[in-house]
This record gives sequence, C-alpha cells and structure tokens, in this order.
Amino acid sequence: MTQIVQMKGMNKYFGKLHVLKDINLTVEAGEVVVIIGASGSGKSTLIRCVNGLEEYESGKLVVDGNELAPKGGNQKALAEIRKEVGMVFQQFNLFPHLTVKRNIMLAPMKVKKASQVIANATAERLLNRVGIGNQADKYPSQLSGGQQQRVAIARALAMEPRLMLFDEPTSALDPEMIGEVLDVMRELAKEGMTMMVVTHEMGFAREVADRVIYIHEGQIVEEGKPGDVFDNPQNERTQAFLSRVLAH
Amino acid sequence: MEFQFQFDWQAAINSIPYLLKGVPYTLLISFGGLAIGFVLGIIFGLLSINKKWFLRWPATAYIEIFRGTPILVQVLFIFYGLPDLIGNPIDPLTAGIAAIALNSGAYISEVVRGGVQSIDKGQTEAGLSLGLSRSQTFWSIIWPQAFRRMIPPLGNQAIVSIKDTSLFSVIGVGELVRQGQVYIANTFTAFEVYFVVACLYLMITLSLSLLLRLLERRGLASV
Repeated sequence: MTQIVQMKGMNKYFGKLHVLKDINLTVEAGEVVVIIGASGSGKSTLIRCVNGLEEYESGKLVVDGNELAPKGGNQKALAEIRKEVGMVFQQFNLFPHLTVKRNIMLAPMKVKKASQVIANATAERLLNRVGIGNQADKYPSQLSGGQQQRVAIARALAMEPRLMLFDEPTSALDPEMIGEVLDVMRELAKEGMTMMVVTHEMGFAREVADRVIYIHEGQIVEEGKPGDVFDNPQNERTQAFLSRVLAH
Repeated sequence: MEFQFQFDWQAAINSIPYLLKGVPYTLLISFGGLAIGFVLGIIFGLLSINKKWFLRWPATAYIEIFRGTPILVQVLFIFYGLPDLIGNPIDPLTAGIAAIALNSGAYISEVVRGGVQSIDKGQTEAGLSLGLSRSQTFWSIIWPQAFRRMIPPLGNQAIVSIKDTSLFSVIGVGELVRQGQVYIANTFTAFEVYFVVACLYLMITLSLSLLLRLLERRGLASV
C-alpha cells in the first residue's frame, strides 16, 4: 500500500511548550484516520503540520512522497504538498467577498491554471455532489453554517487532493446541521478518499474511521480500530477521556 | 458711532469667477498628491507589517516622521529647504503635491496596515491550504477584503488632505485660499470672500462624501 503521510519522531514546540512529542504515524492511501483527544492535546496542531500551516522542530515528515523539512529547513516541498492536500477548517474560512462558485473556482484557476469553463464545470459538479447546487451564486454569508461547511469541502475537493484534512469540521455548527456535513464526509470516505479527521463526533469516528488515534498532552497514547479503542481502551487516560465524552 | 455690518452679496458673487480659478489647483494638488500617497501608503503600509525588520523599520520611520510633524513644516521644508540640498528650485505646485503625497502616504500606510491586519488569519490559512502562493493569497483573498474596509478611512484622509492644501497658500500656489487672499487685497471684502472660499471647500468635500457613501454601500452589499 502507498503511504500518504509518514511522521517519524516528530516534535513541535510553541515557545517552551512541547505540543507534539515524538509523533510516529503513518496514513495509508484510502485510510480514514480519526484523531481524538481533549482540547489543547495537540490534535489540531498535528494535522496542521501535514500541510505546513504549523512548522515542526524535529523529526521527519513525508506527505505523498514529498519530504517537508523541519523549521528552518528546505520548504520547497510545501507548494507541492499543499496542491495535494485539502483542508477543511472549524470556522469554514470561506472567502466572503466571492460567491460560492467563485470560492471553489479560485484555486483551480490560480494554482492549476484551469480555464474559466473547466473551473466552472468543476464547481457546479462539486456543489451538486455536496447537495447545494442551487446556491452557487450566493455569497457565503447568505448560507447556513452547514451549507458553508459543505462549500468548504467542495472548495478543497476542487483541487483533486490525495488527502483531506478535517480540523473539527462540525464544532462550530448548530446541532441540527452537523449531520449534513458528516454525511458528505461519510460519502467521501466511502469513495476511497484518504482522510485525517480531528473531531469530537465519536459516533462518526466509530462508524467511519479505519483507525482511531487518541492524543494526550501531545503524545499518541492509543491507536487502533475504532471498535478496540472505544470498547476496550488499553490506556487509562483513554479510558478516562472516553468515559467523560461518552457518558453524556 | 454705530457700527453696522452688511453682508455684501454682490461682492461675494463677484468674487466667484476669480476664486474658481483656484479650484483646479486645489483639486490637482489634493488628488495628485493623494494618488501618489495611495501608492506610498500601500508600499509602506505593507512594509510596516513585514516580518523582516530591515523592511519594517524604515517604513515605520517614514510613517512616524510624516505623521509626527505638521504638514505646513513639511511643505516649507520641501519648498524652501530642499532646493538648498539639490541646487535647483522646486516649483510651488510640485512642492504642494509632494507634501500631500508624503503626508497622506504616511496616514494611508496606517490605514492599509489596519485594513490588512483586520482580516482573519483563517483567510490566509485557507488560501495557503488550497495551494495558492503567499502573494496569490494576499492579492486575491486578503487585499480585496481589506480594501473594502479601507474605503471609509481613505475617504476621511482624502477630505483631510483637500483641506490641508489650503495651507499651501504660504508657498504661493494659486489654490483657493491664495486666490482669496489676492482678491481680498484688492477689494477688502474679507468676510464675503472667505465665506465663498469656505463654501467652495464644502462643495468639494461634500461631493466626495456623497461619492464615498455610494461606494461603501455598493462595497458592503456584496460582502
């Protein structure tokens, strides 16, 4: 199998704070890896390292064959990596000055030099795929949170990424809109997209993940199939975390 | 003896054609200066938020110097001082435009800095994560949003600069106030003439305000 992400002995600091400690992790093509953990545990930081939104201090990181050096090293691979890795943010981060369709067309036209016609067709196809084909000419602010996040997913998909990163994609949504976003992600997983997902949606993790990773204070303390991690966690910290989040 | 002042409408009206000759100069100095000031503002505003200290410091120095000294001193310095240095006289019009450019450039730098910094960093992250370069991210995502927020303070600066040109009567540019002074020297109708001068300034600034109001409304409608 092809390794899409490979992290070896990765360490990251925010000043003196050691936020990622000796991270070893590989993600295979087609795999859905869900990362769980308390807030501040470093799970978002971990996936933000994958596309270089955060730099790391030591260790090794290879994304789809491109080695991204630690801070201060050669960052040439970054441009290539970002073309191949899509990201969905907690706060959507849609571009408010562009229509929904233009949000999606921007990167293919600027980065891949796609023609207007091609980019337009791609945008329409993707909007239909995420179920909001009729909202193409609206501005993001005119859409509900769930719709905005689906546009954000379509925007990332327009670059035909090999890997999708999801950074708490449903945490800013009203409860009734979480389902529609998770549905789109579920579809994506079914179609074979490689995904790294940081989320608090344990039901989604259990159902969709091939592998669940629990991070505690910057360390991977538990890793395994969702059934194993959720029903039979080995580490006591995982047990404590799960009993807290699953108890409600 | 009783003193009675009578506003002389005829004198006011008579002065208008002569005063109007100053308007093109006022407009040329303000808008010529502001156009250059806008370019300076973009350059120095962006440099002032650059990560590299050797770009940031000179920009900050420029901004502080021209915000921290009176524009009257600046124009006197350019008109009377600089020729000593360069060995050539500078004509009043050029000196006026240069003063407005440098002065408004410093204020516009701050407007640009504030506008750019007001855009959420998630916008930059989204751009970068899509594979756009730093400059593509800036010019197609950050700048258009920042510029929209900059319109009201830019309009404000334009109005300030238009009024600042009135100080340039001291270097003898034939702008509005200068025209007024010359006219009064011959007719002794100070009250009427300065009243008309004030009205003319007001007409210029009010039209600009109106235009900006329209621009803002159009700009905000699409955000």
